[in-house]
Formats: sequence, structure tokens, C-alpha cells
Amino acid sequence: MLRAFTAIPYAWLVVLFLVPFAIVAKISLSDYAISIPPYTPTLDLAAGWEGVRAFFSELDFENFVFLTEDELYWKAYLSSLQIAILSTFLTLCVGFPIAYGMARAPEEWRPALMMLVILPFWTSFLIRVYAWIGILANEGFLNQFLMWIGVISEPLQMLNTNTAVYIGIVYTYLPFMILPVYASLERMDPSLLEAAEDLGCSRMSAFWHVTWPLARPGVIAGCFLVFIPAVGEFVIPSLLGGSGTLMIGKVLWEEFFNNRDWPVASAVAIILLLILIVPIVLFQRHEAKEREAGR
Amino acid sequence: MKRLSTFNIVSLTLGFAFLYIPMIILIVYSFNESKLVTVWAGFSTKWYGEVIRNEAFLDAAWVTVRVAFFSATIATILGTMAAYAMMRRGAFVGRTLFSGMIYAPLVMPEVITGLSLLLLFIAIGLDRGIVTIILAHTTFAMCYVSVVVSSRLVSFDESLEEAALDLGCTPFQAFTSVTLPIIAPAVIAGWLLAFTLSLDDLVIASFTAGPSATTLPIKIFSSVRLGVSPEINALSTIIIGIVTVGVLAASVISKKQISRAARDAAMAERDD
Repeated sequence: MLRAFTAIPYAWLVVLFLVPFAIVAKISLSDYAISIPPYTPTLDLAAGWEGVRAFFSELDFENFVFLTEDELYWKAYLSSLQIAILSTFLTLCVGFPIAYGMARAPEEWRPALMMLVILPFWTSFLIRVYAWIGILANEGFLNQFLMWIGVISEPLQMLNTNTAVYIGIVYTYLPFMILPVYASLERMDPSLLEAAEDLGCSRMSAFWHVTWPLARPGVIAGCFLVFIPAVGEFVIPSLLGGSGTLMIGKVLWEEFFNNRDWPVASAVAIILLLILIVPIVLFQRHEAKEREAGR
Repeated sequence: MKRLSTFNIVSLTLGFAFLYIPMIILIVYSFNESKLVTVWAGFSTKWYGEVIRNEAFLDAAWVTVRVAFFSATIATILGTMAAYAMMRRGAFVGRTLFSGMIYAPLVMPEVITGLSLLLLFIAIGLDRGIVTIILAHTTFAMCYVSVVVSSRLVSFDESLEEAALDLGCTPFQAFTSVTLPIIAPAVIAGWLLAFTLSLDDLVIASFTAGPSATTLPIKIFSSVRLGVSPEINALSTIIIGIVTVGVLAASVISKKQISRAARDAAMAERDD
């Protein structure tokens, strides 16, 4: 039975996860062509061994060379990384105090507070991003409010800027930061802090010497959980960002759907994957270490 | 230490305000009479009528629900099998690849998963439609299910299974009559997660959907690109309502289950 339990999901993942990647890799080495499908060469098995050899001899790294030559792609990769790093940091700044407050709240409140964090996570991602369009638009609620209290006299351009993208990422990924940080802070014994203060630590140094080291595993996990998906984000930059917002997920989408250049889109995907492999491996190591420590 | 400090109260209040105010605004303004979304012109439920009469939304919603139901069901079966196999089998050829393939889709950018599946469907000549979306959603959702189920299996007492085997069960009977009832809450949670992920997905569905099948997120996305509309506010409110009821119901059920299990354990202890 265990054999069947392994074989069926294994076969599924090989066909629908591994093989598709081989296809992406192959198409990234092909050339763009005006045909259906829009690339050459296609493998012609009818021609036998000659066909296979002809097929391989036509593959090259032209698309990757193209990516290094065209500034757009370099800038898009760099700006995706920059947006992801900064928004991960901002999410930490917003999420940490919330997680800290939750962990310090009376025990009977905590399930309800947890529920309040999880509920937005279950609510549609698209709807949560959409909600911000109405807030950040020129005639939106935030501008109306700011003009009403008299801080500004002209509406600020907030929608379709990078600022809106940061707000969108922080807002939608916040539960991913709060939950792991809360999980590590909740286990902390508050008497440790009292002990530190009794021993002459100021509140601030007690925080740095006691709370922070204990929270660190949760903080690291939360940062990875926000950073990794944020790099390839597509929905947020395309709804909240402007024409100047360069993010690689959006570039890939446009390359594929608007320019119909499948080989370049595939090459963009391969490079994105190579960039993300480093944080993904680091994250899995961190998780494995935490599991070991937990045992 | 029982009392919350001012700092904590402020950070919790601001934090939850940040999380909820955007959604509250959305809900309130879905009852706005005016077509201009940001100007209040009186209470009205007319936009809900518009949503319910909108055939395109209804068709898309029906496609979405069917896709979510089938993909969540298949993903739950496959994910549970994978989790059980990983937990119970020692070393076998290709184990590393297997565990890698189970975890990779969790962190894979959606644009890459979508692109690669689309290229597969084109390569094998499968017409894009409901079936291809179901296949795509099943593939990434089964990985989430398997993570949820394995976390339950870690704390599962293997000797119960061994007892069933000693009493003459086949391994499959032992799995269905002993293991499955015990891990059922995790399996149900996995199904719910898979269902929600599928309902929610825009990117992978956009790549794998054909002209014959449009899901609700695709529909919402294409109209949202043109700006805010009261109709979308109403539709969003309906979705938020359904999700809230579902999540609260699930948490009440699981809380009841936990307290029943605690009571059973206490009674068993008293009988001893």
C-alpha cells in the first residue's frame, strides 16, 4: 500500500511539476518565431535520430544573452529585489509590535486575536489589493481625509506609484509575518524579562538581550515568507503600481501575454528561479534547524 | 504582567485598524447609492441586485466553485497519500526528489508555475478549459495539504496502527479504519485550505484557463483594472461574508472537537 501511496502522488508531481520545468528550460533555449507554437525548433520525432540531433543543435543561449543586453530586464530584477527587501523590512516593522502585543495579551484574548489575524489571510488576496485602489486614488478616501483635516490642499498622487506597491505588499503579507513571530514570542516566559530588569537591565536592553534572541527564529521565518513571494509578485504591481514600477513578475506576464515572446518569457522565468533558489534553500535549512531544535 | 501596557494596546489597536479598515470601507461603500464609489449618496442595495443579475459573474462563480471543489478533493487525496508515504516509509529511491517536489510549489512564484503548466498543456495538445485549471490547482494545492496532514501525523501514535495490523487488518484497512479517523481534522483543514487557495487564485488560473472557462478572480481582475466600481464592491462583500462565516464555523467545529477530546480523555482517566 505504501508503494501505491508513494507512486501516485510522485507520478502526478513528475508529470505536472518536473516535466513542465524541463519544457520551460527547453523553450528558453529556443528562438522566437511567428508560428503556432511561437518558437522553433520543435522536436520532430518522426525524423528519428536526425530530428533529435537537429533539434539539439538549434538550441542556444541567445535569449539569456538578450536579457543581459537589454537594460529593462536587469532593472526589473534589481527593482524587484529592492522592492521585496524594503517591503519585507516594513512588514517586520508593522508586524512585530502586533505579534508582541498579541503574545502579551491576556491568555483568554489570544484565540480571538489569532482569529483576527487569520481571517484576512483567508479572504481573497485580490479583494484585499482592490480595497486599496479606492483608498489611494486621487479622489480616494485617504486624499479626501488628508484634505479634510487640512494637511494638504491638492490631492497627492499615491495610486500607481511604488509607495502604493509597498503598502499593498505590507498589507497582504502581514499575516505571514505576524503568525511566525507570534508563535516564537508566545513561548517566551515573561518572568525572564522581570529577571533581566531585576538584574539591572533597562527595558530597552532587556528587550535586546532577552526578547529579540528568542523572537529571532520567528522573525527569520516571517521575513522569508514575505520576501520569497514578494519578488515574483504580479497582482500588486499591476493593480497598485504605475508604469514606472518595474517588477519581474509583471515583465514576465507582459512578455508572455502581450508580446507573445515565449522563449524570452521562459528565459525570464529561469533566471528568476535561479535568483530565488538561494533564499529558498536558506529558508529550508532554517526550518530544518528549527525542527531539530524543537525536538 | 497581566495588564497590557499602553504600548501594546496602541500597537494592537493600530495594527488591527490597518488590517480591517480597508475592508470595512469596501463593505460600507458597497451599500452606496451613487455610482461614484468615493462619494456617499445614501443607503442602497441596488448593486447587489446588479451582481446577482450579472450572468457573466454568475457563470464565472460557478466555474470557480466547480474548479475549487474538484481540485481540493483530488489534492486532498493526493496530499494525504504523499504525507503518509513520506512519514511511514524509510529510505527509498528518489525520496529526496519527492520531498523536494512536495515543498517546491509552496515557494514557487505563481507566474513560473502558471507559465510552465501552460507550456506543458500546449506541448501535449490539451485544450485549455476547466480541466486544465483543475489539474493546475490540484498540483499546487496538494503540497499545502501534504504539509498540513504531515504536521498531524508527526504526533500520531503508530502503535494504534500496529495493534490494528496485529488484529488482522490489512495495511489498507488499518489506514482507513484507524489512521484516517484520527487525522480527519487535519485532512478536512487541508481540504478547506486547498478550496480557498483555488477560489483565490488569479495568476495560475489566468495562464491555464482557456476562452471557454473564466474564473471569478480573472473576471474581477479584468474589471478592476478599469478602476473601482460599486458592483465589484458588492461582489467582494459577498465573498468576504462567505469566507468569514466559513472560517468562523470551522473554528467553532474544531474547538468543539478539541473540548470533546479533552472531556473524553478526562473521563478515561477517571475510569482507570
